[in-house]
Amino acid sequence: MCLAIPARVVRIAGSRADVEVDGTATTADLSVLPDVKVGDYVMVHAGLAIQKYDEQEALDNLALIRELLEKTAAP
Amino acid sequence: MNTLTFRDTATAQRLIAAIKNRAGGLGPVRIMEVCGTHTMEIGRLGMRKLLPENVELVSGPGCPVCVTPAPYFDALAVLALEKNVRIAAFGDLFRVPGNRTSLAEAKAQGAAVDIVTSPLAAADIAEQYPGQETVFTAVGFETTAPSTAAAVREAVSKNRTNLSFFSAHRLVPPALEALLSDPELRINAFLLPGHVSAIIGEAAYGPLVKRKIPGVIAGFEPLDILAGVLSLLDMLAGKRPSVKNMYSRVVRTEGNVAARKLIDEIYEPCDAIWRGIGTLPASGLKLRPRYADFDAARKFGCAVDIDETPAGCSCGDVLKGLRRPDACPLFGTACTPGHPVGPCMVSSEGSCAAYFKYGW
Amino acid sequence: MIKTIQLSHGSGRGLDDLLHEIILPETGMAADAVLEDAAVFPLQKGCIAFTTDSFVVQPLEFPGGDIGKLAVCGTVNDLAVMGAVPLALSVALILEEGLDAGLLRRMLRSMRDECGRTGITICCGDTKVVDKGKADGMFITTSGIGVVPAGRDISAANARPGDRVLVSGPLGLHGIAILAARKGLNFASLAVSDCACLHTLVEAMLAAAPHTHCLRDATRGGCAAVLNELAAASGVTISISQDAVPVPPEVTSACGFLGLDPLHIANEGRFVAVVPEKESGAALSALRSHELGKGACMIGFVEKKGKFPAIMRTAIGGTRVVDVPPGELLPRIC
Repeated sequence: MCLAIPARVVRIAGSRADVEVDGTATTADLSVLPDVKVGDYVMVHAGLAIQKYDEQEALDNLALIRELLEKTAAP
Repeated sequence: MNTLTFRDTATAQRLIAAIKNRAGGLGPVRIMEVCGTHTMEIGRLGMRKLLPENVELVSGPGCPVCVTPAPYFDALAVLALEKNVRIAAFGDLFRVPGNRTSLAEAKAQGAAVDIVTSPLAAADIAEQYPGQETVFTAVGFETTAPSTAAAVREAVSKNRTNLSFFSAHRLVPPALEALLSDPELRINAFLLPGHVSAIIGEAAYGPLVKRKIPGVIAGFEPLDILAGVLSLLDMLAGKRPSVKNMYSRVVRTEGNVAARKLIDEIYEPCDAIWRGIGTLPASGLKLRPRYADFDAARKFGCAVDIDETPAGCSCGDVLKGLRRPDACPLFGTACTPGHPVGPCMVSSEGSCAAYFKYGW
Repeated sequence: MIKTIQLSHGSGRGLDDLLHEIILPETGMAADAVLEDAAVFPLQKGCIAFTTDSFVVQPLEFPGGDIGKLAVCGTVNDLAVMGAVPLALSVALILEEGLDAGLLRRMLRSMRDECGRTGITICCGDTKVVDKGKADGMFITTSGIGVVPAGRDISAANARPGDRVLVSGPLGLHGIAILAARKGLNFASLAVSDCACLHTLVEAMLAAAPHTHCLRDATRGGCAAVLNELAAASGVTISISQDAVPVPPEVTSACGFLGLDPLHIANEGRFVAVVPEKESGAALSALRSHELGKGACMIGFVEKKGKFPAIMRTAIGGTRVVDVPPGELLPRIC
């Protein structure tokens, strides 16, 4: 029920942002993400930015997956 | 910023190997993927056959289009063909059959139907056609509800008089509760919807914790789904069930509080019919009375309060994970994507559609 | 000076005016040319290839092309993938009352330019004008004839187990450019239509791989439709590898946004080739040496008929069906 893409904020006007990712551009409403800045990445679903998405968190998430692998890999 | 890291093939192979390792000695395991987007991704990746024999991924009711009652689609056609209404709809809804017709059929008969990717676009259509009412199809779970809520709030602030919203939003936790309370269901663990969770947060899954059933909040890239399955197997093997968030880059523990506040400002919970399942208490959203002017159900008297299922259609069983798509007597014969009987076959994330498109 | 097309331009003196003021000059025909009821050609050696196609694209102008260029390329390509040397085109126009004359001029000029690049002539045509609201601006139907040299046998039914499957370049650009240009979906794209005449690319490939079994341009329905068609006609299964399928980032990101499959997206300047294994390396080199085939890739192979006509090995090593796309591509949010 949830197609959402991570896209970079390139411009903000009021509560709307222009976002783009790899040559695709769209607009996202920022009503539920008040402190987004130009340059931030956001997850966009049905025209609304639902969460921020940043590099460090992505790396931490990857680390979580690697930890799980370490724990469960065959001996 | 690279999503490709969550598609890394080498890590995917290691996860698959670890899954095989962890699943060994577990006996039959049934994992329900609640979210329709997960069902589609799993199909698209050909993941099912890569899992060990004893691990079964079962599709659940997380396809908001599939669980919207059939009369909703008939009501849309009536609005368009008899009440001079323009329908602004997500593409997902266009081909879904009601009991009598579909938006696609209505459009072929002259209905004004605009496909949009956001509820906020409905306002543009209303502005373009001032002589007509535009009705937006507010379908979706908690991921989508904040977007329609934002659109309602904007319509209010701009004093629009020719725009309204026909709500059929549904909520995930009540559906989970219904599944968990069903004695027929044998689900050992749940793969939980990543983007719904981004809105509702981890605490919403308390009922799983209470019943000591493992759950993992998972994203939608290949590594996310594989790691989700692995984490569930690990919890089952270690007999240490809990609800884990493996989609931490997008899901915060508390979810998105502002989004929930916005939903609450515009909507209130109501009992709602889930197509194929029945009425679940407090499982839907309807517009609060002060937004009556923007509530299509009130404006046009088209609220949906009954549902009927066509003979032979097993969508209900499929949605509850009780039956595989190919076990439905109509699958592939009377019911195909070209001429669907039930929503599971035509919805963009219906289990039957996924099976038909991608094989199992 | 004609400013907008009117119903009266559809026949009699009105049509004469339209022909002599706009249509003949813009398509490159001499003002004093004798206009017969049909074009006549001497008989050719080999076989005649004959094809027809209608073009109803919206919007009429889009990044990378327009309906005029599309009409010429679409018909030339249908001839080219039969191994034919394109000879001549007919052009039937259905114009909507109220169409801007400047736009009509641009479309015709576009057709003339593309024909000039191709060495093909527009040898006959027809023009009708319909009421406002009945033709979305303009519809074009083109029929084309070409000559297939003796000894060439290219057919959808010729694929054999062991053959290799090639695609002449990156997929999905035309369809995404069109969807973005339609404006109702709230997205913009860097994608530019790949619309192009492919006959010289085909000739280059056939020179290196004369025993090519199948060629088909991947238009509506994308690469997925072609793979399914070839597999069904030949009674085989085609197996491709996701890692090998070339998809440009602007198509991947647009498909992610719209919830679409790149294999389903229309192309207007790409073909799928099924080539015997022995000649497949040479075919690929020949494609890559040509300006229009730089991004060509070997994406899979043909095997004995299995449960499904077309399958794909996914990036994680799974297998899934490559399905025939639905009749209409709808964006989704779920």
